[in-house]
Amino acid sequence: MIYFIIRRLILTVFLLLLVSAITFAIFFLVPRLAGQTAYQLAAQYVGRNPTPDAIRAVEIKLGLNDPLYLQYGRFIKGIIFGVHYNNGPDVSYCPFPCFGYSFRNQEPVWPQLISDAPVTLSLAIGASVLWLIGGVSIGVLSALRRGSFFDRLSMGIALAGVSLPVFFTGLMALELFSYKWSLFPNVHYVGITSNPVQWARNLVLPWVTLAFLYAALYARLTRAGMLETMGEDYIRTARAKGLPERVVIVKHGLRAALTPIVTIFGLDLGLLLGGAILTESTFSFPGLGQFTILAIQNQDLPEIMGVVMIAAFFIVVANMIVDILYAVVDPRVRF
Amino acid sequence: MAPLLEVDDLRIHFQTDDGIVKSVDGISFGLERGRTLGIVGESGSGKSVTSLGIMGLHHGTKAKITGYIRLDGEELVNATPGRVRELRGSKMAMIFQDPLSAMHPYYTVGDQIVEAYRIHNKVTKDAARQHAIDLLGRVGIPTPKTRVDDYPHQFSGGMRQRAMIAMALSCDPELLIADEPTTALDVTVQAQILDLISDLQSEFGSAVIIITHDLGVVAELADDILVMYAGRCVEYGSAADIFGRPDHPYTWGLLSSMPRLDREKTTRLVPIPGTPPSLIRVPPGCPFHPRCRYTEVVGGNRCTTEVPPLREAVTSGHAAACHLTADQRTRQWADLSAGKLPEDVKAPDAEEPEAREPV
Repeated sequence: MIYFIIRRLILTVFLLLLVSAITFAIFFLVPRLAGQTAYQLAAQYVGRNPTPDAIRAVEIKLGLNDPLYLQYGRFIKGIIFGVHYNNGPDVSYCPFPCFGYSFRNQEPVWPQLISDAPVTLSLAIGASVLWLIGGVSIGVLSALRRGSFFDRLSMGIALAGVSLPVFFTGLMALELFSYKWSLFPNVHYVGITSNPVQWARNLVLPWVTLAFLYAALYARLTRAGMLETMGEDYIRTARAKGLPERVVIVKHGLRAALTPIVTIFGLDLGLLLGGAILTESTFSFPGLGQFTILAIQNQDLPEIMGVVMIAAFFIVVANMIVDILYAVVDPRVRF
Repeated sequence: MAPLLEVDDLRIHFQTDDGIVKSVDGISFGLERGRTLGIVGESGSGKSVTSLGIMGLHHGTKAKITGYIRLDGEELVNATPGRVRELRGSKMAMIFQDPLSAMHPYYTVGDQIVEAYRIHNKVTKDAARQHAIDLLGRVGIPTPKTRVDDYPHQFSGGMRQRAMIAMALSCDPELLIADEPTTALDVTVQAQILDLISDLQSEFGSAVIIITHDLGVVAELADDILVMYAGRCVEYGSAADIFGRPDHPYTWGLLSSMPRLDREKTTRLVPIPGTPPSLIRVPPGCPFHPRCRYTEVVGGNRCTTEVPPLREAVTSGHAAACHLTADQRTRQWADLSAGKLPEDVKAPDAEEPEAREPV
């Protein structure tokens, strides 16, 4: 088991390196192959009225003239240890973990990511708890009462949930619950440290909107999984032992049906932690998703690099946790 | 003393979109403590449905059950599901065909035995665990102290079936139903498992029902044999009667389609022609008549129109549902044993009078 975890950890580091190499190549190698010079790249850092001297200074400071593998090495080194930009008169230290400076405001990227992350974190974790509990319990009930009115109704709603985009359900929720009935007026993000009650109150609508989409998916998955496991031989054995039906369903049926759900849950959560772009935009929450959109709109390469690395980190780590969890949940996977 | 288990005119029908499936259509038998009953038949003859019906495991499906099942005098068909659940696992237990899929892959073998034990007995976890270790040792698992914490996938097929038996025996059931207990095992292990079941039966003194399509299995274990066809009992008798002087053409078919070491090699195996009938549209008259070689011998159209009652023909306690007379049966079985089919022999001249009163 411990070797399994160590192996997965090493693999995770390699995966992240690979992701970083590919994104780096896309943003810095491909433009260079297409004829972009270091001077043009440096010009993007300088701002509205670039003077050749200022551009040249940036070019030297960030070492944009160096061979690409040196630049990539510096990029990785910056992430792990921090890096000194001292290739010229203007020496500055970008502390660990350094994702470079954004074009827009010449600020280091990492602190900006850090300040936006709690928004996404609050949104994703709260919504995931909601959809996991809601989706799984609806799925189980639907499977047990297959063909009943409840089953048809919930599966119909689930179909709607899967099909309706967040920017529709979110806007409807805002219109009805915020503007019309004023249940949750003035939805905007408030930090959990500054006002926990307001934080939770303002997050209810985004949570529900996001959870609705995923709960629908999870209800369908759980239902299918339960229908399959409840037909297994070991369920018959459990009944033959004389176990109460509740124990048969939860301990024997749901336990087995949950395994694939755990997998998908980890991946979904990992994906969301990198930025719930649609939900954040709909509710104007300044999280990583909003950050991503702004970075792309501004063609701010260091910011995009940073957010891609963060998103990749969450996904890869979620993947690893899922793999380890899988071994905990299913003894047949252990080795 | 009344037998431990009495099944009286049991019918289990399933409502489907295509019609009513009459999986079990009027089965009656009794089983005393310490005895073993073998239920034999082809796939789809209703053997497993019968056993699941006795265990009350059709609850929640669309099965419609009529008739009576009495376990130790207690009626089960109309009992509350809760009461049947209490009896399940404690007073009657079941072993299933494929021990790999019948055990939960996520729990250790020990946990699964402990669970079965603790649901019916108020004991501590440690006591239950000790009980599980004892049981595993008794069913012949080596080093049960360490194997108790293994998962089913770490056991071999035969050991899994032993563990299943340990699980079924955890509460000293008075009735043990083994549904094709050896089908998923290889031949050498089959014999071990059968020996184990018969050893444990004499040790625990429980009544056993063995359900199988393998006549070799019942020959080894069963005191009495019930042959099922299309949801009905076509022949019932002691093992000696069924193997020595079978009375029903279907049983003849089963026996003569099986290779035997005590016969000469030149004797040909005779298969039963055709396939088992649909249980939605059971053939009129004798359900076996479309596949029977002896309708000509019976003569007339009795086989296609008249359902033969189950009656004792020659010896008491040995009944068959067939229109053939006692003499015809004796003669035909003798011919068949000699390798002669009715096509080969001339039909007897005339119909002979009915043999005996129905049971």
